[in-house]
Amino acid sequence: MTAATDDRLWTAVAEPSRLRLLELLLEHGSATPSRLARELPFSRQAASKHLGVLNRAGLVAGHREGREVRYEVDPERLAAAARVMNGVAARWDRRLAAIKRIAEELHAQGGSSI
Amino acid sequence: MVADSVEREVLIEAPPDVVWRVITEPRHIERWFVDEAELDPRPGGQGLLTFRHTPTGEHLYRLQVVAAERPHRFVYRWMHSDGVHPAEGNSVLVEFTLTAEGEGTRLRVVESGIQALEWAEDEKSRYVQDHNNGWVRILGRLQDYAPEVAAGR
Repeated sequence: MTAATDDRLWTAVAEPSRLRLLELLLEHGSATPSRLARELPFSRQAASKHLGVLNRAGLVAGHREGREVRYEVDPERLAAAARVMNGVAARWDRRLAAIKRIAEELHAQGGSSI
Repeated sequence: MVADSVEREVLIEAPPDVVWRVITEPRHIERWFVDEAELDPRPGGQGLLTFRHTPTGEHLYRLQVVAAERPHRFVYRWMHSDGVHPAEGNSVLVEFTLTAEGEGTRLRVVESGIQALEWAEDEKSRYVQDHNNGWVRILGRLQDYAPEVAAGR
């Protein structure tokens, strides 16, 4: 299943308007296609169609609400992946801060000429 | 565009050559990075990084220098398995760029190939690794929104 799942994921976000939609959905937490379409340069039908693709890729989940479907991102998958990226970035921030401190200390001691 | 990467930078009030020494000399590396460092900072040179006190005990990582252009650019690969020649796909690439700015240095670091870093340790999760390739790729673009999500929303 992995290769196929990957392909679906990649196809789902490779389209810029779908990525924008996903970003918007992240900002809202959950939303219906009409709600999202109000903030995007495309129709409710188009939003609906894009959300369907994201849904099949497992990135969002939908449940019926009256005549519409309300969608939300899968927080568990996203949080797990987000932690990976944030962890790496945070580690480098700490390391760069330490490099800065050490280099400035060394420079102040006249280390550049040693 | 490579989204499977993290970029960070900092402005340092010291000239590039001083910063170069801090990122390539073991006695300095041991102050900002690992508990014990051995490194031959020339292209093709080898290194050994030891982390002593991690939640999972002591860890040793081999490193191989890819490029060393003093004092502008220092690139290495690490996190590859023992006995494996580090290349794209089996290791993490770290690239430091040093640019003189006024009397100081802008130090930029790019770490890429992160899925290898995060998933390789868990031998049983080849599935996870495959599965996450596409997933991690898109995260570079979603990072701006990630903190609130990671905070448990």
